[in-house]
Amino acid sequence: MTSLRYRFAEQRGMLLALAIFIIMFTLYVSNHPAGFTPNVVQTAANKGVLLALVAMAQTFVVLTAGIDLSVGMIFILANCLASYVLAGTPVMVGLGVSGVLLTGLVCGAINGLLVIYGRLQPIVITIATGAVFFGIALWIRPYPGSADDFSSGLADALTGKVFGVFPASLLFLIVLVFVVWVPFRRSVMGRAVYAVGSSEPAAYMSGVPVMRAKFTAYVLSGLFAAMGGLFMTFFTYSGEASLANGNTYTLSSIAAVVLGGVSLFGGRGSAIGAIFGALAFRAIGDLLFVFDFDPLWQPLFQGVVLLLAVSLGSARLFQVRNRLDLFT
Amino acid sequence: MNNDYLQLIGVSKRYGGITALSDVCFSAARGSIHAILGENGAGKSTLMKTLAGVVRPDTGAVRLDGRELRMTGPAQALDEGIVCIFQELSLIPDLSVADNIVISNPPTRFGMIDRKAQQAIAMEALERAGGGDIHPMELVKNLPLSRRQIVEIAKALARKPRVLILDEATSALTAADVETVFGVLRRLRSEGIALLYISHRMHEIAELADDCTVFRNGRKIATYPAGSKTDDEVVELMIGREYNSVFPPKAANVDHAATPVLAARNLGWMQRLNGVSLTARAGEVVGLGGLDGQGQRELLLALFGVLRGVNGEVLIDGVRRSISNPRMAKARDIGMALIPEDRKTEGLMLPMSVRDNLSFAAMSQISRGGIVDRKAESAAIDRMMKLLAIKAASPAIPVASLSGGNQQKVVIAKWLMVGPRIILLNDPTRGIDVGTKQEIYALLRQLAAEGAAIILYSTDYDELIGCCDRVLVLYDGAVKRELVGAEITEHALIASALNIDHHEAVA
Amino acid sequence: MTTEKLDTNAAPRPNWASRIDLPVATAFGCIILLLLIGSLYSPNFLSPDYLLQQLKVGAFLGVIATGMMLVILLGQIDLSVPWAVTLGAMMASAATAYGPMGEMFAIPFGVLCGVLMGLINGIGVAYLRIPSMIITLAVNAVAQGLMVAYTGGFAPVDSASPAMRYLAAGTIAGIPNAVIVWAITGLLAVFLLGRSTFGRAIYGIGNKEAAAYLSGVPTQRVVMIAFAVCGGLAAFGGVLLAGYAGKAAQSMGDAYLLPAIAAVVLGGTSILGGRGSYIGTIAGVILITLLQSILSVMQIAEFGRQIIYGGVIIVMLLLYGREKSGR
Repeated sequence: MTSLRYRFAEQRGMLLALAIFIIMFTLYVSNHPAGFTPNVVQTAANKGVLLALVAMAQTFVVLTAGIDLSVGMIFILANCLASYVLAGTPVMVGLGVSGVLLTGLVCGAINGLLVIYGRLQPIVITIATGAVFFGIALWIRPYPGSADDFSSGLADALTGKVFGVFPASLLFLIVLVFVVWVPFRRSVMGRAVYAVGSSEPAAYMSGVPVMRAKFTAYVLSGLFAAMGGLFMTFFTYSGEASLANGNTYTLSSIAAVVLGGVSLFGGRGSAIGAIFGALAFRAIGDLLFVFDFDPLWQPLFQGVVLLLAVSLGSARLFQVRNRLDLFT
Repeated sequence: MNNDYLQLIGVSKRYGGITALSDVCFSAARGSIHAILGENGAGKSTLMKTLAGVVRPDTGAVRLDGRELRMTGPAQALDEGIVCIFQELSLIPDLSVADNIVISNPPTRFGMIDRKAQQAIAMEALERAGGGDIHPMELVKNLPLSRRQIVEIAKALARKPRVLILDEATSALTAADVETVFGVLRRLRSEGIALLYISHRMHEIAELADDCTVFRNGRKIATYPAGSKTDDEVVELMIGREYNSVFPPKAANVDHAATPVLAARNLGWMQRLNGVSLTARAGEVVGLGGLDGQGQRELLLALFGVLRGVNGEVLIDGVRRSISNPRMAKARDIGMALIPEDRKTEGLMLPMSVRDNLSFAAMSQISRGGIVDRKAESAAIDRMMKLLAIKAASPAIPVASLSGGNQQKVVIAKWLMVGPRIILLNDPTRGIDVGTKQEIYALLRQLAAEGAAIILYSTDYDELIGCCDRVLVLYDGAVKRELVGAEITEHALIASALNIDHHEAVA
Repeated sequence: MTTEKLDTNAAPRPNWASRIDLPVATAFGCIILLLLIGSLYSPNFLSPDYLLQQLKVGAFLGVIATGMMLVILLGQIDLSVPWAVTLGAMMASAATAYGPMGEMFAIPFGVLCGVLMGLINGIGVAYLRIPSMIITLAVNAVAQGLMVAYTGGFAPVDSASPAMRYLAAGTIAGIPNAVIVWAITGLLAVFLLGRSTFGRAIYGIGNKEAAAYLSGVPTQRVVMIAFAVCGGLAAFGGVLLAGYAGKAAQSMGDAYLLPAIAAVVLGGTSILGGRGSYIGTIAGVILITLLQSILSVMQIAEFGRQIIYGGVIIVMLLLYGREKSGR
């Protein structure tokens, strides 16, 4: 019973996701016409990071045994907002970035307040708030577009390559993990989030600040979803209020989270796992392209993978011994 | 020694129509182990919850070392140094042992949890609690119940309590563990902590306690130094209740030669049922006794097909049957009914009308081809409401607006509509007024006379004595003793429930 | 620990009946309000022709919302409605193109596809205990994938059968067929919910699934069938829409998900399940349809609708859908 064994067990879900990702990515790169070149990796990284950010957002909420169906819409809203404010002088760009992130925080806070103080179920409330967020996005960007004096400096820096080889977006993601996720996980509030998701009554009895933990989770979720949207703008230089896109990101974030070993029932998993889950999910989708499958089959393929992932991740029939427990 | 270190003064708590605590004045001394005794419903757990900050008393005050405490939740109680050891209710399953031990107050460094310090604290606490073999990084959900209990104790110790309350804390422990825990408790006593020890195990109390207090019906009855009363005297203190129930005479028309309608052999499930065997014949009322949580509820659920992975056999009319869900249990050829424990969450759909609730289990009787026959339904409902004297303005009002007694009658009537021959009842008269109780007793006798086999789990000793032909007392998931006819007395029931009796178990 | 059992000799709870009447009455009140507002913008808002037109437009949503109501009554939700609608439309049109046999069975075929989709949802929710929100989202994505692959990503070229057109666009004695179809669907729904054992079971399960299960009701089967019916009705709505427009279209169902949920919830059906009457859903559908008309008369674009649907659902939830505090 060494400590190493326990550390291993702790990370099991994430390691599995990592394994899946490595397999998928190897398949992808080895069959790609251009091979394992910096450009191929960069494109893959950029697309992967987008989903990874949204998956991280979803992780915070899922850890509390909730779910956030508005992450995709916060993503879109941030994207549209950024397409306006990433313009002008570096100072203005800096303000713009802050504004977008703040918007994400506010969206998350709204979700959190409604779930906690309204005592409403996250499932339905986030569908509704998602609609409102999307409506706002559509209002500010009825048609895809970007600001006239769009400043591409920051965008290029973060979607380009560092030292000509390593994708900047990945570096950003790694920095984010170390600067935000790891401290969060080790913090008292982070522990509280896990406790609440694992067993809310036990957490309450143990004096854990349940409401504050949930609120923190939703606010962080909004923040990360907004980062994803911001990144999308870096990538495309523009903003588009696409309902289909938003829905896809929401749904993919759930699949990524499940693939990454985060339990939909709360209390278990890590955002790092969700990142690998997101990358793996993206890689699976891109596999079709690389194997010369008709791109028409891609949505179906992704849909089926999604279905399998969420079914396996959330089916709980097999663990329950007292059937009455199924109804609670 | 401070004799009034922990004080409750005039504390009362009511839940709706039930008085859980009534003007309780209680004090515990510093540096002592104070045992709290009482049967089910005496108020012990409400007392504990009040001290733990989970429940706020209606009247009265709680004082610690002379200072009045104002507690708005468990966090405040913990801050005051009042720590409760639950039966593993407060452990977070997906976190490690170390995480759980320090959960309410983790050591931090630069705002982040200091894992090394946490590990050290955890190991020290585990050592003190006798759990030195438990690895701090193990996840709580992977531990067996006995180990979890030790972790719960370690968690309490790590909080450096001033008052420590243990509620049945040793129920899942092995004998060796218990000895270790006793050592810990004695050491804490010498350190000046006030310990409250809620238990049913008389021999443990004899070994450990300095003082004892008996509760009954929410009142404190007596406080006395440990060892100054015999077990019998203590039992009398616990049960002294006025007899205010009249029971219908028990009939003797049970055909003992016939095959039992229901028989169970060696039922086992998880760790809650450990080889239960019983029989029930047509016309018999068989009682299930024993303390709360000894497997009675699980037994009834197992018979009714709700539990998965049940070992052993169930025989209906002498034929082995496999019942895997309530639908099968309800079917004509088996004919079982279960009046469940909690009528609000398992027996009724509260917002729905009396009519809808009444006919819910008997749909196949009052419908044809899936369409409800309104006339047949009305007739059946009228019949039931008359039979059970259900007081409701009309069948259309929501069942939530009925009194508790009438609600329970609706649950029973719902099942009677199906015409069952085996009726399982899970504490049916809990929280019900005396008048309705009488009606239910009479009904049970009548049903038995008409040929039903009835299994009645009750926490009310009067009921078991007055209604049942036989009583099986359960302890730790098995039948410890069978009492027949005149053998069923309060004394015998409590004694077997507390397992201080020396008679052999009869299957 | 022992649990205390409460005696409800305390104040009686609000009458179940009056709790659904209030939202329904409010809904009808809002309808009248909207009609008045609309008439301020346009004089012929209150004309019988226009009102009938509204009913016709609302009929499609009405059929879809009927299925959604069943699922919401159970305390679940069906987010696969968008592509169930599109699936039904496309499959029915595809069958039409298949020849005279296909044309005859176009409508049942389209509906059947929706039923199959609903069955998958139902099995996942009832037997595998997968949260309904998740599996219906995933099934929605699979259906989308299937249709994209089938149509090659282009707009479908198959057109609707004459029967479909007749059902959706024709009239009998001046009343649009679509309205008649909705009326028949509604009557069946009322009958099902009020007079059948299946309907009783739905209310029971939505109220307290544990109690329904312990009463020996086949809860799993009921849930599965309810989802199948919802899928079938959504597909039927799609079939009608295709008949109305002459052909199916990509993503034609996306615009119906939120309105369907909003209509059911506005009509007083509790999102937590177990409470609601069909009259309320009818009111909700009319309300949403009128709202949409007014929004387009006032020339408020799509974004306004999204915000309003979301806002409406939130407000209804805050008013009627809150869970009780456990402490």
